[in-house]
Amino acid sequence: MTLLLGSLQLGLLYGIMVLGIYISFRILNIPDLTTEGSFTFGLVISALIASKGHPFLGILLAVAAGAAAGIITGFLQTKCKIHPVVAGILTMSGLYSINLLVMGGSSNLTLLGSDTVFSVFEGMLSSVDKEIVRIIVAIAVAVITVVILFVFFKSHLGLAIRATGDNAEMVSASSINVDGMKITALGISNALIALCGGLITQYQSFADINSGVGILVVGLASVIIGELFFGRRSVVLGFISCFVGSIVYRYIIAIAIKSEWFPAYMLKFVSAVIVAVALAVPAIKSALKVLSIRQSSMKGGSKNA
Amino acid sequence: MLKIENASKVFAKGTPNAHTALNKINLTLAKGDFVTILGSNGAGKSTLFNAVCGNFILDEGRIILDGRDMTFMSEHRRARSIGRLFQDPMKGTAPNLTIEENLALSYSRGHHKYFGPAVGKKERQLFRERLASFDMGLEDRMQTKMGLLSGGQRQVVTLLMSTIVLPKLLLLDEHTAALDPATAEKVMNITEKIVRDNNLTTLMITHNMSSAMITGNRTIMLDSGEIILDISKEEREKMTVDDLLKKYSEKKQKQFDNDRMLLG
Repeated sequence: MTLLLGSLQLGLLYGIMVLGIYISFRILNIPDLTTEGSFTFGLVISALIASKGHPFLGILLAVAAGAAAGIITGFLQTKCKIHPVVAGILTMSGLYSINLLVMGGSSNLTLLGSDTVFSVFEGMLSSVDKEIVRIIVAIAVAVITVVILFVFFKSHLGLAIRATGDNAEMVSASSINVDGMKITALGISNALIALCGGLITQYQSFADINSGVGILVVGLASVIIGELFFGRRSVVLGFISCFVGSIVYRYIIAIAIKSEWFPAYMLKFVSAVIVAVALAVPAIKSALKVLSIRQSSMKGGSKNA
Repeated sequence: MLKIENASKVFAKGTPNAHTALNKINLTLAKGDFVTILGSNGAGKSTLFNAVCGNFILDEGRIILDGRDMTFMSEHRRARSIGRLFQDPMKGTAPNLTIEENLALSYSRGHHKYFGPAVGKKERQLFRERLASFDMGLEDRMQTKMGLLSGGQRQVVTLLMSTIVLPKLLLLDEHTAALDPATAEKVMNITEKIVRDNNLTTLMITHNMSSAMITGNRTIMLDSGEIILDISKEEREKMTVDDLLKKYSEKKQKQFDNDRMLLG
């Protein structure tokens, strides 16, 4: 039961990070490696401020911090003309030091005894089971973000961002600043990722400098799993599929650990394999198609002879 | 309306591959002028359009549109007053957005609203009316993704996109060349109607000499980055395509002789 509820909570919370990845990877069509840095950036800031007694302010500042990280990557990509992958790596790498700085040089921080957004709501709804309250908080955050994103991506600005990932030339011809759109989108994407980091640290009452390692692959895996269920049809469905993908991913992990197919430290390897295989599916499909056409044409040829 | 003064551009300047794409081009268009541009591959036709649109900054010379010096203006700011169509129908639209979303994007040109809904009731009504006027059934497919349309349909939507907010200058870069003859004619008719109805100042690149001679009110011919012929409507009416070709080879011959003299 704990595992079931725990996975649901984690799936919902990490779903917000998946939304961020979805925006950069699918909507903007740019591989953004800032993720690991911005996730931890949000995490450490949220933890620091919460440990000083302001859990909600911590979340807010985490969002702002993530947005700033995304804007820096966007600036490097567009104005400095640095390759998107390199720009992301530079920000991520730089943030590692900044994150240590935020934590005062120590590599972890505990929130035991400090108020978190979860403990505040648990206190308010003391008659309800703690695990249920945590799920309610996670669902509330998920619904609010999806609604905001939905409205946003139907607005002029949101439309321009979607078109930028689709055909940047046409956006420029519509008198819209393409660089500005990329920077805005990366800001939003990383703000969501940092929001996720901020929530996760308060959820587990613990912050670690290495929490973000491998998070990008987790996000990509979730996006891809979500698309297995919903396909790639509309933006709203895309957002919902992020959460579904994230939750399913958590259950896969939970089952794998429980069944002891492999030790916990192999998780990242398994995630990487899942993503690689899923991304290779179109190529494998077309190769199989060519093979079957060749075989049937060879058969036909021998008949004629 | 449009004034190009002494426009010059050399690509790969200072290397053995230096290539003069535009050589001191002077061109003035009055409001409502519809000029067709002829020229062989590499004559500098598209380069001229790129210069006007701001894909690169000129080495020398100025570009003035409606009294505003645009020489150093950024691409997207110039786009506010310039509409452009390419030969490739894929270039002008976003394939994963619906028809109405594509239209909404170009309809937002020139105003600075960011957060309102992009496609409202009023916009939808306007798009529907305008699409219906083309008589292609597009008005009933406004929620269809752009990528599912044929080349001709996409080109018509692109045409509407670049004129839905009236531009000061319309640039057509062989916009019917990738279409089948019947569709090309249809798109051409729609183009002429839009240009006429709105008295748009227009430049059109084409490789079809006979259509160049009857479309618009003036024809220019480019060669090696220079305007070698500039024919007004009155002159044009008396000319046949053969006359045009003769005039072209005369010019070329003269240039060739000059080169020979220099080299000899």
